[in-house]
Order: sequence, then structure tokens, then C-alpha cells
Amino acid sequence: MNDLKAYLEKRDALRAKTVPRLTLFCCGGTSCLSSASDVIIELLRGKVEAHGLEADIDVKQVGCLRLCGEGPLIFVEPDDITYVQVQVEDVDDIFTQHILNKQTVERLLVTEPDGSWVSSYREMPFYKTQHRIALRNCGEIDPRDIGAYIARDGYHALALCLLEQTPEQVIETIKQSGLRGRGGGGFPTGLKWAYTAAVKSEEKYVICNADEGDPGAFMDRSIIEGDPHSLVEAMTIAAYAIGAKQGYIYIRAEYAISIEPLKLALDKAREHGFLGDNIFGTTFCFDIDIKLGAGAFVCGEETALIRSMEGHRGEPDKKPPFPSESGFRDKPTSVNNVETFVNVPAIILNGAAWFASYGTEKSKGTKVFALAGNIKNIGLVEVPMGTTFNEIIYEIGGGHPEGKEIKGVQIGGPSGGVITRDYFDTPIDYDSLTAIGAMMGSGGMIVMDEDTDMVEIAKFYLDFTQEESCGKCTPCRIGTKRLFEILERLTSMQGEPSDLDKLETLARNIQAASLCGLGQSAPNPVLSTMKYFREEYEAYAYRTKKTKYTIDPKKCIGCTKCARVCPVACIRGVVREVHIVEEAECIACGACYDACPVDAVLRP
Amino acid sequence: MKNKILDISSLDRALLDQLDTYIKNLEGDNEENLIHVLHRAQALFGHLPHNLQLYVARALNLSGAKVNGVVTFYSFFNEEPTGKYVVSVCMGTACFVKGADKVLQKILDIIGTKKNEMSADGLFTVKDVRCIGACGLAPVVTINDKVYGKVQVNDVETLIGRYKGGQSA
Ligand SMILES: Cc1cc2nc3c(=O)[nH]c(=O)nc-3n(C[C@H](O)[C@H](O)[C@H](O)COP(=O)(O)O)c2cc1C
Ligand code: SF4
Ligand code: SF4
Ligand code: SF4
Ligand code: FES
Ligand code: FES
Repeated sequence: MNDLKAYLEKRDALRAKTVPRLTLFCCGGTSCLSSASDVIIELLRGKVEAHGLEADIDVKQVGCLRLCGEGPLIFVEPDDITYVQVQVEDVDDIFTQHILNKQTVERLLVTEPDGSWVSSYREMPFYKTQHRIALRNCGEIDPRDIGAYIARDGYHALALCLLEQTPEQVIETIKQSGLRGRGGGGFPTGLKWAYTAAVKSEEKYVICNADEGDPGAFMDRSIIEGDPHSLVEAMTIAAYAIGAKQGYIYIRAEYAISIEPLKLALDKAREHGFLGDNIFGTTFCFDIDIKLGAGAFVCGEETALIRSMEGHRGEPDKKPPFPSESGFRDKPTSVNNVETFVNVPAIILNGAAWFASYGTEKSKGTKVFALAGNIKNIGLVEVPMGTTFNEIIYEIGGGHPEGKEIKGVQIGGPSGGVITRDYFDTPIDYDSLTAIGAMMGSGGMIVMDEDTDMVEIAKFYLDFTQEESCGKCTPCRIGTKRLFEILERLTSMQGEPSDLDKLETLARNIQAASLCGLGQSAPNPVLSTMKYFREEYEAYAYRTKKTKYTIDPKKCIGCTKCARVCPVACIRGVVREVHIVEEAECIACGACYDACPVDAVLRP
Repeated sequence: MKNKILDISSLDRALLDQLDTYIKNLEGDNEENLIHVLHRAQALFGHLPHNLQLYVARALNLSGAKVNGVVTFYSFFNEEPTGKYVVSVCMGTACFVKGADKVLQKILDIIGTKKNEMSADGLFTVKDVRCIGACGLAPVVTINDKVYGKVQVNDVETLIGRYKGGQSA
């Protein structure tokens, strides 16, 4: 393929080859695979084969279908049927009832609270309100099939760049689009590329940051698993723009099973001449290798990541110099996040103005969030920048699974802060979030309900950061430990009112004196929860916090379940009468809370 | 560690051969390859005892101190042996807000061991890990390569019970 015409012919031939037929899009994302979707796919394929229906029915393994909490998912097209929570035992029914007899298997549809079925994902608010750019191919194609990617205009953007545009033009388009880094910092991508391009050097590098350190986020992983070629294409475009010959994908060790489809994508891209020497017959040469992380959160920070790639302990370096000037092997290097990258081919194909038409004034395009926690619809959500928390939580997320009150949302992981109900109408973009003392982060969005103890949440994050601090600078190493210790003292009812001031002073010191973003942002969860939930801290500090479980007499139906599970037998009551906890004996194990069928047990 | 005599009598020769082949086929800078070699070594041997670290150091022409410095920095590498079953409880945020800490405690109680320490019978090592990317199934526990989702405190006894005999479930 040495010119655009050859590419277009190839693409059109692949399109012509794909005959419309009954297709089962079976989710092969991590969550669904963990619930045996691979077995389900194998069984379905076996049945199709046994009936000699290969020509009429396609059982496709695709990337995350986004509603992970309801997995394993299967979309049947063109029938427009969406099956959820499919089990291995359901394969027979799907095959016999649906495929052979053309009848929907109703019990596998999504059930509404009023008992009615929703047959198609297109009708579900979870999907309707989303808009996909970064996830455009995720769930649509078999990630192992490069032909499927090409048929959807894959590598078309690369061809356009190499054959018809100068590197300067590519950079200008990315600048004009307003694309900003999705890894947390929000730095303009076009500008970063321009800086790296401007440095004169024979050797330059493009690095994809796939470390995805925020615990509770799985956007990048899903993109790599569901649409690896978009990443490969985008990195190649970036390399052309900045003048690099070699690229690396730094991926966390915990994602070992995502690496296999990624490796396959790299091999296929090489086979087709999209990587390697003289791509599209030009003088441009580029290849990509994979570098494994080894379980260190700080290695998501770009200078630490580079140290780790060089085979060292992953300790951050002072900036400047920025990697664009002196990065991997001390050469100019552009580090970008997975989601940032996959926007690039779409921008090249559709134009900067198209991309900039989504979002708000200074935050263009969309953002992918991993929605999890105390929320009905758990999964991947891509929305235009400027969407409010209310829309994500109540429309897309469907609110609380049991209708409880939602108290706050944590975004930005251990570096971020908590957003309270009062701010749920804030449009989500880089600047609006900064204005309310939070940050965009990389896309983790954890919903917390009225039962969540905010001091425990802060302690949870500090436990994480004090363990992950690389130890290079004292304020972070010692400071995060002290913060954690104070929080631990508070939650074990050993605290003092003076601890609150201590927390605040210490937090400010760590923010001001730490070398890298980990330390600078580590106190954020403490400061933001202290700001909005001070009374919870005070209850611990003044030791007025209720610590025992109790039973709501208005709700208790006297089923005796709680009394039967209580390990210290401190729940009194007889069948069909209200039960009572002897608080003095209660060891706060929570067993009764989990056992009660009507949520009559109240947590402390 | 530099001047230590390398005693590899405790290491399986066949596995060392596999490691040698892996190292021989690597291209590029030894130092940059170190983390990949350590991943490979841990996959083969289960953990990275000091003599294995030293072996890797010699093979890559690096100092023992350098290799040990890297091994101890990254939480993915274990210097101590692990049990036959490595039980990893996800303590990512999505799992935490769904009670992963209680699940972890219950698992430790049932097995009767501490975090990161192999149980006396050599069967289990219990660890907490960061998000494994299956948050839709929170709370998540993995036992070796098998993933268990939506694990409740009450399920733990049965779950661990399946592995207690020593033959995998
Ligand atoms: C402690 C820390 C952890 C980080 N973790 C990640 C991460 O997991 N993924 C990521 O893309 N960026 C992470 N970053 C941001 C990177 O340093 C860098 O800004 C980013 O990869 C640049 O890509 P972008 O401009 O496309 O966002 C982290 C930063 C800090 C300070
Ligand atoms: S702030 Fe913390 S993580 Fe960052 S360099 Fe200092 S000690 Fe290391
Ligand atoms: S929390 Fe535990 S000890 Fe307390 S009443 Fe409930 S079951 Fe009994
Ligand atoms: S389990 Fe709930 S409803 Fe049943 S007796 Fe206990 S508190 Fe009452
Ligand atoms: S992994 Fe299947 S829906 Fe996300
Ligand atoms: S937080 Fe546990 S799997 Fe993501």
C-alpha cells in the first residue's frame, strides 16, 4: 500500500467482504471474561458449527460493552437485542430459542423496577446519553482482527498524515482541536508534540503511558483490550509529527492478560506495513515495543515511568527539564496517555473543528469515566466534556442501586478530591473542576452513599499513598505516614480535637514541599473530605462517634436472621417482633447488617 | 552482594536453562531489560530469592546491589516464597467501597495467616492488590489466575474451603 488509493481500495474490499448476517457481539472485556464469557463464546461457536451455520451467524468476541456490572453481556444484531448477566447455562436458550426459533429470551433482558423488560441497549439511558469518540471501536470490532479495524477506516488517518500532510500540519490540527491530556494533567497535546518536535535530535521517542495507576479505574485497559489498533495508529501519527523512530507502551504488570491482544495488534500492524520501515512507501520508519511495569503507582508519573523503562527504581526526577527536551535515554520524548492517543485518528479524519464542537470552551471532546461504587450502573461512560455529575450519576448511572442517598463522588483517585451533592450540577471539565477545588484526574469516578464513612475513605487513600511514596523526598515519605497515623488514631477513637489542626497543617506542608505530583496531591483526599464533611472528623476527634450497630424498630420485621449470625449473640428478640442490639456487647462486626433482608440494621 | 559466591544449588537447573534462553534472545541494553528478566524469573520460580537475583545480576553484567534495589522497589516482585495459592484481594477503591477490607480480614482469619506471609502449610499467601481492572465485579478476589467477583464476607468460607485440600478447585 504505497498511496492513498491503494489504501482505500483495500478498505473498500474489506467492507464489501463483510456480509450482513446475524451477529452476536459477546463481551470479552476483563470483567466479563472473569465471569466466564470466554466459555460462553466457545460454547456458542460450537453450537453454530454443529448446526453448520457458520455462514449465517457470526459469534464475535469484542471489547468491553461498557455496562460491566451487568456482565457478561451479549448484543444481538440486527435483532437489536441486549442480553445481560448471561451464564454458561443460558447458552442453550440463546441458541435454541433466539437463534433457531427467533424468540427473545426475556429473562436475560434488563428488568426495569416496574418489572418490564428493556430489549435493546439503545433504549437504555445508560447508553443513550453517552457519546463515543475514544471508545468508537470498543465493542464494535474483534480487536484481534485488523481487517475489521481497517474496514472502519483504520489506518486511514495515518495514510493521510504520511502521504498528504507535513508533521507541522499534523501538529497544527491537534493544536486546533483543543485536545488536552487525559492522563490527569490536562496539558494541551498539540503543544507537547510541538515542543518535542522543535528539539533537534537524531533520536526521539513516543511513549504511551498505560500504567493506569488510579485504583478503581479501567478506561485505558478497556481501550487497549477493545481497540488496540487505534493506539498503534495514533502513536505512529505522533511519531511522524515529532520525528521519532521508536515508541514504547508502558503497561502495568497487573494487566498481563491485556498484553496478548496488544502484542498481536503490533504483529499484525507490522505484517500490513503500518509499522516498520518505509510506512506507506514513504521514508518514515517507526516501531513500537512493550515495556512492563512492576507494581508501583509512582511509575505513572512520566519522569518515574522513564526511569523505570531505563531499568531503575522508578523515582521521579525534577522538572524541568521536561521529557520533551530530555526524556528516555536523555532524548526528546513525548509521553501521552492511552485515551489521549486514541482521540488522534478521529481528529485527523474528521477535522479539528469537528472535535472542538464537543465540550466546553477550554475542554474539548469527550472524557471516558470508569463509574463504580454505590451506583446502579457500573461501567464505562464516555460523555462530552461539560456533562454534569447529576447527568452521569442519575441518568447514566441510574442512581443508587437501593435508592439510598448519594453523598459524594470521588474523582481523580488518590490524587483527587470528593465532590459533594451541592456541586453535582457542575459541568465536568478541567477548569470547572479546578475551580471547585477538585481535579479531572484520569477518569476514575467512585460514587459513595450515605453509609460511607468519609474519614475511612480518606484513611484508605492515605494508606495507599504512604505505601506508594517512593521515599525520595522527606515531606512525602514521612508526611503521608503521619497523616495516615493521625487518621488511624481518629478512626480507632484514640484521637483528640487538636488532631484536626494537625491534619490540616501537615497536609499543607506536604503539598508545598513534595517533589512530584504524588506527594503534592496526596493530601487532597484529606483536605477535601475535611472541608465538606468536617462533622464526621469532629465526631471522631471528640469521640462522639456512634460505633455500635443498631436496629431501626420501624423497619424490623422480626425475621431473626441478624440474631442467628451475630457471633457474640448480642441481638435479642423473638420471631416476628422487633429485635434489639445490646450495644455494650456488640463488637461491630457488621454481620447483622449484611444479613438483614429489609435493611433494618443501621451502621454506626 | 557484589563479591558473594553464587550458590545456585537450590535453584532448579531446568528452569535456569529456560531463563538463560530467554536472556540470550533479548536484544538491547541489559539494564533496560532487567525488569523484563525479573518478571520472567519470577514467573518461572514463583519468587526471587537472593541467589536468583545474583544469578540475574551476573547474567546481565549488573551489580547485585542494583538488581536488589530494583526488586525491592517494585511491589510486584517477591523475595519470599509464596504459597501454592496466591489469594489476591483487590483493595482498589471500587472494591473498597463495597467492603473488600472485610473480605480480606475474613480470608486472613480463615486461613490463619498474616498479609504477605505464607501460611504454615505452604498452601496460601494472601495479598492485597491494586485494581485489577474488573471493577464491575467488585469486590474482586483472585486465586492464582482465577477471578472471583462480587465476593461477600459470607462466601469466603466456601471459597477458601475449595482450595484447602490442596488440589485446585
Ligand atoms: C503520581 C502520578 C501518577 C500518575 N499516573 C498516571 C497514569 O497512571 N496514567 C497516565 O496516563 N498519567 C499518569 N500521570 C500523569 C503523567 O505524569 C503524565 O502527565 C501523562 O502521562 C501525560 O499524558 P497526557 O498529557 O496524555 O495526559 C500520573 C502523574 C502522577 C504525578
Ligand atoms: S513526592 Fe513522594 S513519590 Fe514523589 S518523589 Fe517525593 S517521595 Fe517520591
Ligand atoms: S455488628 Fe456484629 S456483634 Fe454487633 S450486633 Fe451485629 S452481628 Fe452482633
Ligand atoms: S434481620 Fe433485620 S428484619 Fe430480621 S430481625 Fe434482624 S433487624 Fe429485624
Ligand atoms: S467488560 Fe463486559 S461490559 Fe465491560
Ligand atoms: S477496584 Fe477492584 S477491580 Fe477495580
